[in-house]
Parts: sequence; structure tokens; C-alpha cells
Amino acid sequence: MTKLTGAQMIWECLTLEGVEVVFGYPGGAILPTYDAMLGYKIHHVLVRHEQGATHMADGYARASGKVGVAIATSGPGATNMVTGIATAMMDSVPIVCITGQVGSKAIGSDAFQETDVTGVTLPITKHNYLVTRTEDIPRVIKEAFFIARSGRQGPVLVDITKDAQQGSAEFVWEPGPLRLPGYRPDLRTLPSELERALQLINNAERPLILAGHGIISAGARAQVLEFAERAQVPIATTLLGIGGIPASHGLNLGMMGMHGEAYVNSAIQQADLLLAFGMRFDDRVTGNLKTYAVNARKIHIDIDSSELNKNVRVDVGLVGDLRNVLQELLPGVQSADHSAWLDHIDSMKGDVAVRDIQSLPDTGHLYAAHVINDIWRITKGNAIVVTDVGQHQMWEAQYYKHDHERTLITSGGLGTMGFALPAAIGAKFACPDREVWVVAGDGGFQMTMAELATIKQEKIKLNIAIINNFYLGMVRQWQEFFYEKRYAATPLLGPDFVKLAEAFGLRGMRIQQRAELQGLVEEARADSGTVVIDFQVEQEDSVFPMVPAGADLDKMIRRPARDVLIETGADPDEWELGA
Amino acid sequence: MAHTLIAYVEDKPGVLNRVASLFRRRAFNIVSLTVGRTEQAGVSRMTIVVDTDEPGARRAEANLYKLVNVLRVDDVTNKPAVVRELVLVKVGVTAEQRTAVLQLVNVFRARVVDISAEAMITEITGSQDKVESFIETMRAFHVISVARTGLIAMVRGGAKISANPPLVAAQLPENGAAEDTSELSMSV
Repeated sequence: MTKLTGAQMIWECLTLEGVEVVFGYPGGAILPTYDAMLGYKIHHVLVRHEQGATHMADGYARASGKVGVAIATSGPGATNMVTGIATAMMDSVPIVCITGQVGSKAIGSDAFQETDVTGVTLPITKHNYLVTRTEDIPRVIKEAFFIARSGRQGPVLVDITKDAQQGSAEFVWEPGPLRLPGYRPDLRTLPSELERALQLINNAERPLILAGHGIISAGARAQVLEFAERAQVPIATTLLGIGGIPASHGLNLGMMGMHGEAYVNSAIQQADLLLAFGMRFDDRVTGNLKTYAVNARKIHIDIDSSELNKNVRVDVGLVGDLRNVLQELLPGVQSADHSAWLDHIDSMKGDVAVRDIQSLPDTGHLYAAHVINDIWRITKGNAIVVTDVGQHQMWEAQYYKHDHERTLITSGGLGTMGFALPAAIGAKFACPDREVWVVAGDGGFQMTMAELATIKQEKIKLNIAIINNFYLGMVRQWQEFFYEKRYAATPLLGPDFVKLAEAFGLRGMRIQQRAELQGLVEEARADSGTVVIDFQVEQEDSVFPMVPAGADLDKMIRRPARDVLIETGADPDEWELGA
Repeated sequence: MAHTLIAYVEDKPGVLNRVASLFRRRAFNIVSLTVGRTEQAGVSRMTIVVDTDEPGARRAEANLYKLVNVLRVDDVTNKPAVVRELVLVKVGVTAEQRTAVLQLVNVFRARVVDISAEAMITEITGSQDKVESFIETMRAFHVISVARTGLIAMVRGGAKISANPPLVAAQLPENGAAEDTSELSMSV
């Protein structure tokens, strides 16, 4: 049998796992691995910051459903990954991070660029490894990929000492199942529990499905739709559940929660049965837990048993892969007619069905919601949209109608600003033939905009929409609503984004009038290179409706009837920072 | 209330840290935690006493199962089990007090394991109630130092416990209001 160095083993393993692209940044402790890289066909994307590498791996995984891979060196290289790993952990995204570590003899000596990375990442990884022996590398990497993509998916970090990379050993790639006696990714539910669930389902009068990220992770769209159509159950989605079922489907009510549609939240409060499919009752979707859906029995299907009864007490908890559980449930689900309930929800939509902002008078100025709605219209809803975090993210969720899975990529649980640009690069590598849009605020974009250089170097085509309101908009909104408009540290002076794009060798555009939008967006799409568009929008616009943090779910703040923005119609050219 | 969990874990570096970190991260209050090897090679046993309510204990159990190195978790709080702790108490005693201490040691069926001119070390093994009342009694004298091992527990009866069970105990509702779901379990 041939001997390989540990460094070669890493690439051999990645090849065997079907990895085509990795995102990384070299450094001292990972140098042996980089040296071996040249002998392998895997494409390496040189990032500008290791956080970017993790977000790229994350975006790649979310867009493709495959495991994303990020590589960094020890110490600062590894600690820079922390935010991206935590992001993937919160949203259950399968990534494998490989980090170099100082030589095994130097561990614990505060050597140059030494950090206890397995210690640092312990609470933010699904599992992690410190490898000090060359011969352990194949087994550990195989386990890492298996753990990342099985069960409730998540990030796995493999920290490999420099001497383990440099050493040589026989390369053994066990074909059989892995020996992980304590790992139970495949939990099943007992038939008696399914029976209890079916009784609740078949006797419900006002049932409602809460569709989460699990639908996408488990690939359960067909089962959820079959369930919903047969039993005539309307569906509300979480932010990460968007795209799991088509936005245009008649039973899809839209997004729930803090910035969800008011009638969706009201429907949750009035339902007599909630069917939570692969969602985890995050505080952003429940509001006040004491008053949350008190009239409803609750059935919770989740792959992670620790999610059951965590935030909301449920009547039946079914543990398992959502697709498997639904396949077991479906034979017992009876056809039903809930037209009275559906009509009632329809009546609650009323005039809200056309969202407030769409009835704003066209003053010729830009509203972020208009921008996103127009991009949806122009791209015919077919783009992959990668958002950052903040107001624009909520507007995207509200105004870009996603009919397809894995077309909205966004940091939900952790709410990581700076996510969009690198994650979009990863998504583009996963889906090179798809149109990919970045929708970011001016704040979050400035956190990771160095990755524009990665875009240029890799010659990839993205469309980047900066929703520029010269504020950290969501925080400003909270200050407006809850802190008497004391705008502490939220007015934001950014660079000239057009010149910035040009400095990176990319094309930049600025749009200040809605009339210019269609033409320039079409032009940007047609351009073979990445185009950065600086959309200068209303500065003090807010996302409506809104459930204040911790408030009752159906106590929403609505857009004021006589909106100041509409009345003043201020000219964007006269805007001043902090005015 | 205190819940006593027994976790069988793989005997690998860092596993104690993973378990302790889990309890800290999920804001559980550990009363005591002991670790030691078992009759099976490669398997260690942890006895974790955690101050939480019933749903909290179920959550702790489910979260422990999420750790890749955790093989099995048993909540023995309401099971017939032998629960023991070993305590060393060093008391400073004058010559006149010595007899009184020795008498108490006999009453508690404790032992004297070291004796010097001005102090003695006593050792007691037993349930938490017993060792605590012994420590309390010793406070009548000059207690110099107390060392406790924390609780270890073992279920009574002859059933063999596999470290890698086919069935995983599952969640109970957060309070007793809902119907009993105790039969809810999941097979691997």
C-alpha cells in the first residue's frame, strides 16, 4: 500500500468525499497542506479573510445541499472562522473546517500562532477533532463529513497539527460504516406516537403548518405539499423555510414572526392545531411564549429531540428526518375540507394582502421594498438571492417571492452581518449557471467587502445590490420605535460604492430614482462581470409590520397611516448624515 | 430539584470538557460531577447531579445525547438506586475533644483515617443526607477542611446495562398537564 503524507491524505479524503471546491487562506501551520494541494484537482478559492471562507463554504452548502469546506491556518486564521462556524451552527448548515495547528510537541506552550481552536469552537460546532497523528487523518475526515451532513446538519472542525500533516503513513479509507457508537443521527418515532399525531390532525378544524428550514434540509417539499393539499392545511413559513414550498402555492400564507404578515401571525394565534415541520420556535417567530398560540394543540416534527419542548410545550413530538416522518404519517392523513378556516384567513388578509409599501405614492424616490420587489419582477423570481442581515433582509423575505428551494440564502439564527457577499460567492460556485444576487445593507456590506477582490480574482459574475440608507437601518428602526429616536452610533458614512467597485476592477452603478431602476438592473444583469449597484433609498424607512421583541405575536406595529416619509418626499440629494 | 444523571461516555480526551461545557452553555447548574472508568474498556461513567426541574432534566438528557461521544444517559432520580458519596473531613481537636469526635464517628459509622496531635481526618461514605448531617455535626468542632467526591449512583437489581442502548428515552411534556407521552421513545 502506498504511503502518503498527512497533507496528501487531506486532499485525497476531500477528493473521495466528492469535494470540488474549497475556500481558504494559507499560513504557517497549514503550509504542508497547501504545498500538497498543487497535486490535486480540487479548486481552491483564495479568500481575503477566513470569516469569508466559512461564509463561502456555508453559502455553497446552502445552495447545493452538499458539504462546504473551508481551510485556514492556526491561531488567527482559525479564530477568524469563529463567526462563520457559529452562523452555520445556528442554521444547521453542513460545513467542514480544516485548520492547521502548531506541532503536537508545541501544543500548550503558547507557541507562535497557537490557539486552542477545538476549545474555542466546542460550543459552536456539532463536533470537532484535534488530530495529532498522521494515520488518524482519513478516519477523522470521513467522520467529519458524515457528522456534518447527517442528522441535524452542522459544522465540524478538524484541527490538524503541522507534524501530522508532514508525517507519512499508509492511507486507509475504510469502505464500511463508521464506528461512532454514541452518534444517533437516525432517530425514529414509535408508531403509537404517529397514531396520536394522526388523531389530532384528522380532527383539527383550524390546522396550520409552520414550515421551517427542515423542509429544505430533508428535501421534504413533496411530502409537505401532499400533506397540506390533502388535508387542506394552510402553511406559514419561517425565514429559513422560505422557498421550501412555492411562494405562489395557494396554501402558502407567507412568513410568520417578528416581520411576518399580520394575518399569518393572527392565524397562528387562532389555530387549533399547529404542525411544526422542521422549525424550532425561535423567539423571533413566537413573540411572547406565554400568549403564543394558546388555543392550539401542537405537533412538532424535528430531527433533533432536544428541540422538542424547548421553547414551546407540544402535545406530540415526533423525532426524525422530516421526509421520513411525513412519509409514515401520510397514509393516515385524511382528506379534509377546511374552507371555512381558509376563508377566514383570507378575510383577515383583506386590504393587507397588498402590503402597505406597495400602496406608497410613487414619488420617484427609492424605497428598499420597491427595489427588491422590482428585482424579483425583473429576475422573474428565478435568481438565488443571498442577503445580509437587517432591514433589507426582511424586505427581501417580504417582497421577493421564492418558488424554489435553496434560492434564499440568509443568516437566520445568528443574524450575521457581513454574511451576504462571501456566502454569495459560495453559492455561485455551487450553482455557476444560476443568476446570483447579493442583497446587502450598506453596513453589513462594509464588513466583508474585501471579498470583492476574491470575486475579481475568481472571475465570477454576481449582481450586488447595496440597499444604502446611510444608517444601520434595523438598529435605527429599533432606536426610532423603542429609544425615542436617539440615533446612537447608527448614522453611517460609507465609501463611494461605485468608485469602490471600480477600484476592485468591477463595475459600479448608482440608482437614486425608481425610474432608472429597470434599465440599469437589466444592464447589470447583462454585464458579464460582477456589478455593484448602490441603491440609495429612503433613509428612515422602517420594516412593517413588526412584533416588538417579547410582545404578543398578534400585537404588531403597523405602518402609520400618514407616513412622514410619504408626506415630506424628501429629496435624496438633500439627505445629510445624522440629520 | 436535583436530578441525578448517569452518562456513559467514550473514554477520549476532551469528553469531560464537552459535557461540562454543555451544562454551562445551556445554563444548567451542576451540583456535582464525577468521572471514572467502568468495567468496559474505553467507556467512562459520569454521574452528574444537576439542579433543574423535570423538563430541564429531559432537555439535559436530549442535549447529552447530541454529543457524539456520549453513549448512553440514564436519569436515575426516580429509580431504585444506590447513591453514595465519600467525604473527608479534617477537624482540629484538643485532647479533651478527641473522645467526643470518636463517639460521633462511631454513631455515623464513619472512620478515622489519620490522627495527629492537633487534628484528625475522618472519612464517611453514604447517601447525601447522611454525609451532610455528618459534616454539620462536625461543625461543632473546628472544621479545617472538607473534601467531597460528589455522588456516584448505581441502579439496583441484576439487569445488565449496555453502554450503547437500542432505545433512547425521549421528551416528556413540560408539565404534567398533557397526556402521558412516556412511551414515546425512539429506536436507532
